[in-house]
Parts: sequence; C-alpha cells; structure tokens
Amino acid sequence: MDNTVNLAQADSADNTPFLKRLFRMRETGLIVIILALFLIMSFASPYFLTWANMRAMSMAFAVDGLLVIGMTILLISGGIDLSVGSVTALAMVIAGWLFLSGVNPWVASAMAIALCTGIGAFMGFFVTRVGLHHFIVSLAIMVIARGACLLFTGGRPLGLYTLPPEFKFIGQGTIGPIPIVIVIFLVFVIAFDFMLRRTTMFRKVFYTGSNEKAAAYSGIRTKKVIFLTTTLCSTLCGIAGIIYMARFGSAQPTFGLGLELTIIAAAVIGGASLNGGSGSILGAILGVILLSLVSSSLALLDVSVYWQDIIRGSILLAAVTIDHYLNKRRG
Amino acid sequence: MNIVMQDVILKIENLSKSFGPVKALRGVNFELKKGEIHAIAGENGAGKSTLMNVIDGILQPDSGDIVLDGKAVKISSPTMAQQLGIGFVHQEIALCPDVSVAENIFMATTNVSRSWLMDYKKLEREAVDVFRQLSDIDPSVLVKNLSISNQQLVEIAKALTLDCRILILDEPTAALTETEAQTLFGIMRNLADQGISIIYISHRMVEIFDNCDRVSVFRDGQHIVTNDVADIQPSDVVNAMVGRVIDNLYPEKAAEGAISEETVLKVKGLSEVTRFHDVSFELKKGEILGIAGLIGAGRSEIVKGICQLEGDVTGDVWLNGEKLALRNYQDSIAKGMVYLSEDRKGDGVFLDMSIASNVSALKVEQVAGPLGLIQTGAEEAQAEALGRKLNLKCGSLSDPVSSLSGGNQQKVAIAKMLSVNPRLIFLDEPTRGVDVGAKSEIHKILRDLANDGVGIVVISSELPELIGVCDRVLVVREGRISGQVTGEEMTEENIMHLASVTDAQASVA
Repeated sequence: MDNTVNLAQADSADNTPFLKRLFRMRETGLIVIILALFLIMSFASPYFLTWANMRAMSMAFAVDGLLVIGMTILLISGGIDLSVGSVTALAMVIAGWLFLSGVNPWVASAMAIALCTGIGAFMGFFVTRVGLHHFIVSLAIMVIARGACLLFTGGRPLGLYTLPPEFKFIGQGTIGPIPIVIVIFLVFVIAFDFMLRRTTMFRKVFYTGSNEKAAAYSGIRTKKVIFLTTTLCSTLCGIAGIIYMARFGSAQPTFGLGLELTIIAAAVIGGASLNGGSGSILGAILGVILLSLVSSSLALLDVSVYWQDIIRGSILLAAVTIDHYLNKRRG
Repeated sequence: MNIVMQDVILKIENLSKSFGPVKALRGVNFELKKGEIHAIAGENGAGKSTLMNVIDGILQPDSGDIVLDGKAVKISSPTMAQQLGIGFVHQEIALCPDVSVAENIFMATTNVSRSWLMDYKKLEREAVDVFRQLSDIDPSVLVKNLSISNQQLVEIAKALTLDCRILILDEPTAALTETEAQTLFGIMRNLADQGISIIYISHRMVEIFDNCDRVSVFRDGQHIVTNDVADIQPSDVVNAMVGRVIDNLYPEKAAEGAISEETVLKVKGLSEVTRFHDVSFELKKGEILGIAGLIGAGRSEIVKGICQLEGDVTGDVWLNGEKLALRNYQDSIAKGMVYLSEDRKGDGVFLDMSIASNVSALKVEQVAGPLGLIQTGAEEAQAEALGRKLNLKCGSLSDPVSSLSGGNQQKVAIAKMLSVNPRLIFLDEPTRGVDVGAKSEIHKILRDLANDGVGIVVISSELPELIGVCDRVLVVREGRISGQVTGEEMTEENIMHLASVTDAQASVA
C-alpha cells in the first residue's frame, strides 16, 4: 500500500485493442452465430437465400423488434411485462373496432395507442404507488387485456377490408425495395439504441435497475423512472399493434399468444438481466433476429412446428448458461 | 491470561492459495491453542478471509497442510468442517428472517443430522439450552424482529449447536454498539473458559487488546507475526498490518482559529413523527462535527431528515445562512447538501456499474451536453480528477465497482459526493469495513475538505474514530440530543454516558 496514484494505468487499460474489446462484447458472439446459421441455411435450403424469404423473415422480426425495445428498457429498470402479447392484440382490436364503428382509422389508431399508454400507466401505478410486483400486475393485465380482446370481437377476427390504402401502406408498402415496416423498425432501433447509450434520461434507468436504493440515495426519482419505463413498454405495444393491423388488414383477438415469452427470451439472449441494470437494444434485436431466423429455418427444413418451441427454449437456456459462465469468469 | 490448557488444537503448515495470478496466501503458518481467543488482524486483502475460508472448507488450498488434533485433515466442504467441530460465523448475517430463532438454529443441525425424521422436541430443548448460556432471547420469536446484535448471537448459537470446538468470528462487532459488543465479549470469554478455541477477526485494536489472548497479523497473504497481547502494543500491530509506520492514526484537529464564526448549517426544532424530536444544533465553517449514539437512537434518521431523504420532518434548516425549503433529496443535492450512506453495498454504490458512471450518478447532467447526451470523455475526466484527489487505486475507470476493495469502493462513494462540489456532506459510518490504510486516508480527506470550508458531519459507531476525527461530538439518545462534548471532554466514557444513561438514572447518580 504505497501512495502511488495508480490511475495512470487507467489510460493504458482503456487502450485494450479494439479487436479484443469487440470479441468480448456479447453482440459479437450473437452476430457470429447468426452469420453461421445464415451460411448453413444458404446451403441447406434453395429457398433460403431468395429475396422473398429474406423479406418475409425481416418482416417477421421487425414489428416484434418494437416490443423487444420496450421490454429491454423495462428489464434494465428492473421490471418485467408479461402483458405485451395481449396489449398488442388489444391495440389492434380496439383500433379495428373503432374503425368499424366509423372512426377515421388514423384517429382510431391514435386512440388505441393512447389506451395502451394508459394501460402501461395503470400498471406503473400499481407497481410504484401500491407497491405490487411487476410480474403479478402484468400477469393480471395480460389476462384482462386478452379478455377485453375477446369481448370486443366476440372471439372472431375483425375483417378490415375497407381500410384506406394509405393506412395499409404502413404495414404493406415499400420505399423502393424496402418495406415501410423495416424502415420504421430501423428508425426505432437506432433512436432507442443511441438514447439508451448516451442520454442522461436513460442512464437513470440503468442506475435505477442496478441498485434502486442507491439510485434513490443519488437523488434519482426511481419510482418515476419505473413508472415511465412501464408505460413506454405498453406504448410500444400499441404502436406494434397498429402496424400489425395495417399489415394484416384485420384485427385478431388471439394474436400474440405466448409472444411475451419470445420477447423476454430475445431480450435476455441479447444481454438483458432479469435483475435489472444491464441490457442493450442492439443485443436484444440480435436476439429477436436469432430466434426468428431459427423459426424460419426450421420451417424451411420441414421440421415439425411442434419441435420449434423445444428448440427455441433450448437456445434460450444455452445462451443464458453460456453468458452466466462468461460473466463468472470475468468477475 | 487464563489459558489453562496449552495444547495446540489446529495447526496450519505452509499453506498457499492462489486465484489466477493473485497469490492470496503464501506459505502461511498458524497455530490455534485450545481455549484461547486468538485475534487475526490485517488489512482488507491481507488473506484473512481466504485463510478462514480454507479452514471452513469453502476453499481448497493449493499446497500445505491443515493439522487438527495432530492429524492432517483435508476439509473438503463447510459440512465437513462442521463435522470436525469448526463453526464459522460470517460477517454478513445469513438467517431466514421469517422463521423463528429456534428454527434458524435447527437449520444447521438438521443439515448434518443423519436421521430421516425431524426430532423437533430434542432440537427445541437444545436451542433453549444453548440460549441459556448466551442470552435471554426467546427462541420462538421471528428473527426479523430481533436487533442486529441479537441476530449475531443467533448466528453464534447456530455454530454452537454443532458442538464446535473451534469458532471463527468474522468481525462480529461491525454492526454492534459498544454495550452489545461488551456482552458478546463476555460470552466469548465464557466459551473459551469451556475449552472452545475462538478465532476472532477484527480491525479494532481496542477490542483485540481488551478481549483476546493472542494476536496474529497478516499482510499480503503472509503471516507476519503472532504474539501474546500482553507483550505488544496496539501500534506494533497496526504497523505490522500496514507494513509501514503510521505515526498518527488520525489527522490533526482543526488548527487554532481555523473554525470560523461563520455557520454552515443551522438546525432548529427539527422533529419527525416517531424517530426524533426537537433537534437543534449548528455547524461552523472549518469544523468537523460528529454524531454519536447507540444504534436505533436516531442518528442516521436525523441527517436523512435534514436532507429530505426520508421521514415526515418539521422544523427549520439554514444552510450558509439561507433558510431551506426542501421538498425532496433532489432539492438538497441542488443546494449542495449530500448524504453518504452507511450501507455501501446496499445503497451507496452501483456494484455492477463502472467506476466512472458511479462517480457521476449524483448529477449526470454535469457530464452531459446540451441535448442531455452524456459525454463519455467528460465523465471519465471527472472520475479521474476525483479519483486522483482521493488516491483511488483502480485498474480502469470502466471497470465495475465490484472489482475494487472495500476501501476503494468507499472512495468511489465519496467521489460521488464530491462530484457536485457540495457545501455540506453528511457521512454515515464513512470507514465501515475499510482497512486501516484507507481509513486514515479518508480521515485526512475529511479534514482537508473541512479546511476548504466544506461542512463535514460524521456519524460513527466507532467512538475512537469520532474522538480522533471530530472537533465536537453531538450525542443522540432516543431521538433527542442528550448532550455534546468538545476538546478534553471528548472521551469514550463521557460519550457512552450521554448515549446510554437516561435522565432518570442520571439524576439518581
């Protein structure tokens, strides 16, 4: 214990070679796995590397990507939301129902998104003011929202054949060769990834999730943070629901059954911790891409759909196990 | 002292243990006699915990022998250590809060029991027996309703039910007040007289010299010296621990005239519904004010109340002459009044986040640009400047705080306070779990800050620390200020008297 200032070493330690740092990042590992799978599939199936398949695959994960953004931010703040699947379906159903009742589709969509935001705020209230656990509150909302979907539709899908083309354009149109859905997805991903990394607002989300009490003792209004992340997650569900409605041209009350598990799995594969305090948007998106790629590969290879859940569950377990050991070694 | 039997019960020979490149223990030798209280002293990272974990079977040594009763043994797990009669009371209390004291004690016994069915009657009888010699805790109360010191006793009882012959106590008094600690020492001596050998890990010289028979000092994974406490001085132990001569454990007090007439903080008639009543005091510029009191007396509650961290507080507070109307802790930070928490790991730092982002946490906006975008460069520069000031030892500023030693973690927590250029800092147990070297550095930092005109209020359960560091000490008892001491009056006896004697008792005396 001499009095040397060891901070001088800090500069050299930060200059870890770029490649080494890249290697250590979780995102890199995921990209490698995705590329490997991509390569294998290109040989395994002649249909894989076709424009139509690529497009179908990216459409499949693009909208889920919005949900995974909300979920990741919520997980970082220390929460969880089991209601994403049903709230997404509810947005679709409410907007569709309003439209069939004669409301302008844009207004109907705005109202549905507002309703979802309200649901998020409602859950946030129960978590932060009443003091219940996210898991229980969102479990209740999951069931309630699904019930509301069935109530509004009588359990049958609402056909929205009269949706104006400019509305359907959100879900079905393209800019050049690129689907609008993908554009929306990319905008959200880039915006939220940047904000999460750089803004003071989202840094407070990390502080809160890492140690809520320490955050409170640092003058951060942790309840407000958790309230907002809970609300944001539901708002994104609303937006996703509207995009799905525009894409399918219908509102399905049973849409997104079990979706919450896929979304949570993707976020966790991408590095989010259920204990809060860690996670990244890029990682979570890669998680969603991986799961979606696996699903479509299995379909192309004619693997029974019944196998798909088993395989996806195993991937989740494997990813989390590997990460656990990597973290242990680093710690 | 009164060691009747001098047989060596446990002998460690040439023991080494490495974690990767770090040599935690290098060829350590150690002897424990039957019926003695053997203190182990050393700074954090000296190898004390590693050695204890090896003895308890949690870790396996790379080389060297453990000899128990003259036979070399291999202790492969804590369960095996229990069977060999080794009990370990860890520093952190690990009890189930929602079940009774008796059931908590059953936990360990049940685990090693060979019978298939639980014999509740026998266990309950044993629990009562164990407690008869320890204290008057009712074995049927829930652990969460016990004070920390009584919980510590339950931990000890748990170890004792296993018929242990060697009892390891890892800083058991860290969470205890003086009186509670004294009770514990009485129990320890009692156990030693019954032939149980106690290994007692502590940072506190007073405890070691008042209560132990021998002391062994460790430094950098090596055994430095073992001596009868009667033969050496506390300063010898401290010097052996640090490996250099520490002339003064505590920094100089405020120089003549350094305490100005200017008032930094004035508190008048501060009350909280249940926790404290009618608290009034002042803090002058250049002065370090201490707050003493038993645990639960309301020390922390008062300062948390002043900066609006918790509680429903009434009364008036002036900071540098300005009357404050704080609505919450954010307002307090904005006015430059900050609180360093007593529970570093629980609520002081973000263990899994980087050092730099810990330091900036109090006001992240300071290291952000106009759009609320965090400038990583500015954030690291802030952490580096404060780290240099506090002599922080770390690898990289992007390492998580969990990678640092206790003393350096505390420096990060203090750097966080300093990041907002505070006008007043409340420090609650600023050196708890910090080794001697870092401790005296922190004390010096406090004095430097006071000399720079920053208001410093220190709460501590360690009376020598308060007496050594502060210019004046307020004593709190049952939510009220029961008195203050300054200059020559600052003695442990005076403070303890104010902290524990009720007015009725005082008037009788």
